[in-house]
This record gives sequence, structure tokens and C-alpha cells, in this order.
Amino acid sequence: MILEQVLNGVMLGMVYALIAVGYSLVFGILKLLNMAHGSIYAFGAHMALFIVSMQFGLLPAFLFAILTTGIISVLMDRIILAPLRAKNAPNITALISVMGVSYIIQNMMMIIFDSTKKTFPKLFDFGNVVFLGVTLTSTQIAMFLIALTFLVLLTIVVNYTKVGLAMRASRENARAANMMGIDVRGIVTFTFFISGMCAAVAGVLVSGYYQMVYSTMGTEAGLKGFSAAVLGGIGVLHGSVVGGIIIGVAEALAVTYLGGSFRSATAYIVLFIVLLIRPSGLFGKDNIVKV
Amino acid sequence: MQKKMLEVIDLHTNYGSIEALKGINLEVYEDEIVTLIGSNGAGKSTTLSSITGIVPSASGQILFEGTDITKMKASDITKLGIGVSPEGREVFGGLSVQENLKIGAYTRKDKREIAESFEMVYELFPRLAERKKQSAGTLSGGEQQMLAIGRALMSKPKLLLLDEPSMGLAPNLVDLIFELIVRINKAGTTILLIEQNANMALQIADRGYVLETGKVTLSDDAKVLQANDDVRKAYLGSAE
Repeated sequence: MILEQVLNGVMLGMVYALIAVGYSLVFGILKLLNMAHGSIYAFGAHMALFIVSMQFGLLPAFLFAILTTGIISVLMDRIILAPLRAKNAPNITALISVMGVSYIIQNMMMIIFDSTKKTFPKLFDFGNVVFLGVTLTSTQIAMFLIALTFLVLLTIVVNYTKVGLAMRASRENARAANMMGIDVRGIVTFTFFISGMCAAVAGVLVSGYYQMVYSTMGTEAGLKGFSAAVLGGIGVLHGSVVGGIIIGVAEALAVTYLGGSFRSATAYIVLFIVLLIRPSGLFGKDNIVKV
Repeated sequence: MQKKMLEVIDLHTNYGSIEALKGINLEVYEDEIVTLIGSNGAGKSTTLSSITGIVPSASGQILFEGTDITKMKASDITKLGIGVSPEGREVFGGLSVQENLKIGAYTRKDKREIAESFEMVYELFPRLAERKKQSAGTLSGGEQQMLAIGRALMSKPKLLLLDEPSMGLAPNLVDLIFELIVRINKAGTTILLIEQNANMALQIADRGYVLETGKVTLSDDAKVLQANDDVRKAYLGSAE
């Protein structure tokens, strides 16, 4: 019973990890909490729904969602955040702006897709799989594997490629990176694209899991992902993964033993406890911001 | 006469409402070591940041091998062949020594040539070779300075800008760093050196410029500057 819930939690937690990574990537490079990330996630789900509703099938829907969501994430940076940075606006200005963007995206979806809950097809429905004596649905396993694949890909890109090296250098010291000939602006654009892409993947996976899409679906998922990022130490990629899994498992256990109403609250209680013990998160560096 | 490599013409740069540079003129010829000396706040580092495109200049012109680079992006300036070792070193502390050097070669494509540069840098700074995998943040000040210079060399620059390479280093390390600067220069890299340690800088430089409150007040052969009474009083710490 416990094992079953833990596994359920791990499956869903991997998706939270994918959302969390999006926060971490942007925070790492800009020290900005991208509060529009939840809406961007919902945007991804809607883009997939749009293609699915035109009978093009899931794979094209998936690719279309990744592409368009990456682009909207980049556009947000280019149109709103980049001009603010150019004017050396304080960080809080950018924070308020992304909150605004979050509502604009959400309202746009309400206008275009209306605000009802719409059904989304199940991903990869080919029966159940028994693992360690626990029955898991193929949808769950597909969700887990796809999220894991993207996380592994992302880790490879960040740690073993030239653009990843430039990302890490820009994160450490944007000024010096610029001096070394790294186009930091381009790196920021790339980061927003990747972050949007992760959100879209997560959005499609969760929609397939709950078989449901609605315009405000990003609010809760966004907060969960954000909590996972903070729990693991925001800006640290593997921290986000562990954070996502912890939140997922805590949630699954709470639902079973305390009841469905405890789902979200538990995630936050876990977050508070971890932060009381390690204020900068599980893998966060102490004193991230040196004044 | 040698080829003119860098020419700065009547350069003005502002920080907000503060006029940091009030019309700087300077020239660097191929194969030279040229030094900018002056006290804190004279505009030495600002001059350098303007050349590398990190700080936008208000007016004036910067020419590199005849190309106007005044409004160019920093990354394009690096590509043209200007490498910089910034003030305070600014190495990437969380990245390994090797990764720091790799970033120095970021604008280059040819893998074989980059490998050659790695060899060259490791030969010049054997200490860095020993600490390849170590993260740069754990290096000593002197090693970080070597890394900052090595990283700049990885872009295979024609012109190397060094901002206060002796800052905060023990005297024996300062000697070592200056020796290495001379070696780098002999190997064919032109150098523009910014130093508070005017004594050392003038010893290895061919020519020098004295900056005061955003202006060049004196420029001459390094030997002549070393003998100049005003320079001696103000920057060399001796009034004889």
C-alpha cells in the first residue's frame, strides 16, 4: 500500500520535476522567479489540445506544443523582460511583469478556448504493468519515462555541450561571460525556450494523465513545480528533480492517509519543514546571493 | 614603424551622470607592451571596458586594425582578436579550470587549434595543468590570476588586455606574473596592461600613458616615464 503510493508519487513527481527545472533554469541565469511558468505550462497543454482536436494525433500535438510554448516563453522575454533588463530595472519590476504576463496568457486561453474543462486523450493506453507487486497504468509509466527522458536530455545539454557550458558560465557571471565572447542575450533566449519546452512537455503529460485541460490548470501545477524547485534549492537542476519527487510522494501519501483535501497542503508542509532545516533548499548553495 | 593595432580617439564614457572618460587618446602598435597607469578612479578600467564593448561609450572612436569597433557587441570584439583578463579576475568559480579555459575559446571553431591553445596555456602555467579538474573557486589568488590570463589567451587574441594582474598578489607571485606577461608578448601577442603597480608595469612596457581623472596627462616611452619626476612622485613612490 505504501509502496504503491510512493510509486504513484514518483511518477507524478517526475512531472513536477520537469516543471521545477523550468523555474530553476530561468532563476539560475536571471535571478527571476518566472511566475508566468504555470500559465505557460497551461498554454502548452492547450496547444496540444488544439492539434488533437484537429485530429492530427498525439505526436504532432506534442511537437507543436513544445515549439509554440518555447516560442511564447521566448517572446515574453524579448518583448517584456529584455527591455527591462536593458534599463537596469530592479528585479521586482520583472517579477510583477511576469505575474501580469501570467494573467494575460490565462485570459487569452479563456477567450480562445473558453474556461470549461475539456477532455484530453489518454497518453499511451496499453493496459497495466505490474512492478514490485504494484500495478501501474501505462499512462503513468509513459508519463514517468517521457519526463525522465527530457530531464536526462536537459542534464546532458547543460553539463556536456558547448551551449550548456555557456549557460553555466552566464549563470555564474554574466559580465565575464560576455567578455569571453558569449552572447549572453542569446543564452537567455535559449534558456527561456528550454524552460517553455519543459513546461509544455509537463503540461501535455499531466493533461494526458488526468485527461483534462482547462485554462487555470497552471496555477496549481505552477506552484507545485515552484515548491519543488525551492525544496531542491532553486537554480540547482538535480535539486529540482529530487524536490519534484519529494512533493509528488508527499502528495500521494497525504491523499491516501489523510484524504484528498490534504493534497496540496501537504506539499507545502513538507516544503516548510525542509526550509526550516535547510533554508536554501536541499542542494542549494548557502548564501546564494552575496551582498 | 610597426603596424598600428589599436587606436582610441577622443573617447568619452559616462556612468550615469558621471563623466568617467573625458576624451582619451591612445595607440597600441603591433608587438608592443603598452601600459596605462594612474591612481584609483582615473579611468583605467573604464577605458578597458569601453574597448571590450562591455560599457557603451558616449562619443569618440575605437579602431582595432582599422575596423571601427566602437559600437560593436562584446562577443564580436572577442572574435576580432581582443582578449581580456578583467580586474578582479572574474573566473567562473563553480566551473573547473578546464571549463574556464574552454569558455576562453568559446568564439573559436577549429578543434585542433583549440587543442594547441590548451597545450600552450598549460605549458605557460603548469599549475593550471595540475589543477585541470579542480573548480576555479578553490584556486589561490595567484592561480586564479593565471587562469584569468590563460582564459584570455584561449581566444588566441592579437591584443591582450590585462587589468590589474598583480592586484592582491604576494611579491614573488607578482614577479612571476610579470615574467609570464613578457613571455606572452615575446611569443607574438600585443599587450595593453593596466596597473596600479606602475613600477613593475613601466619596467616591462615599451610605452606608457598616465591617466588622471579621465584624461591622458602624459604619454611617452616607458623609460622616459620612469625617469620623469612627476611620475616618480605620484606613482613610483620615490621623490629622489
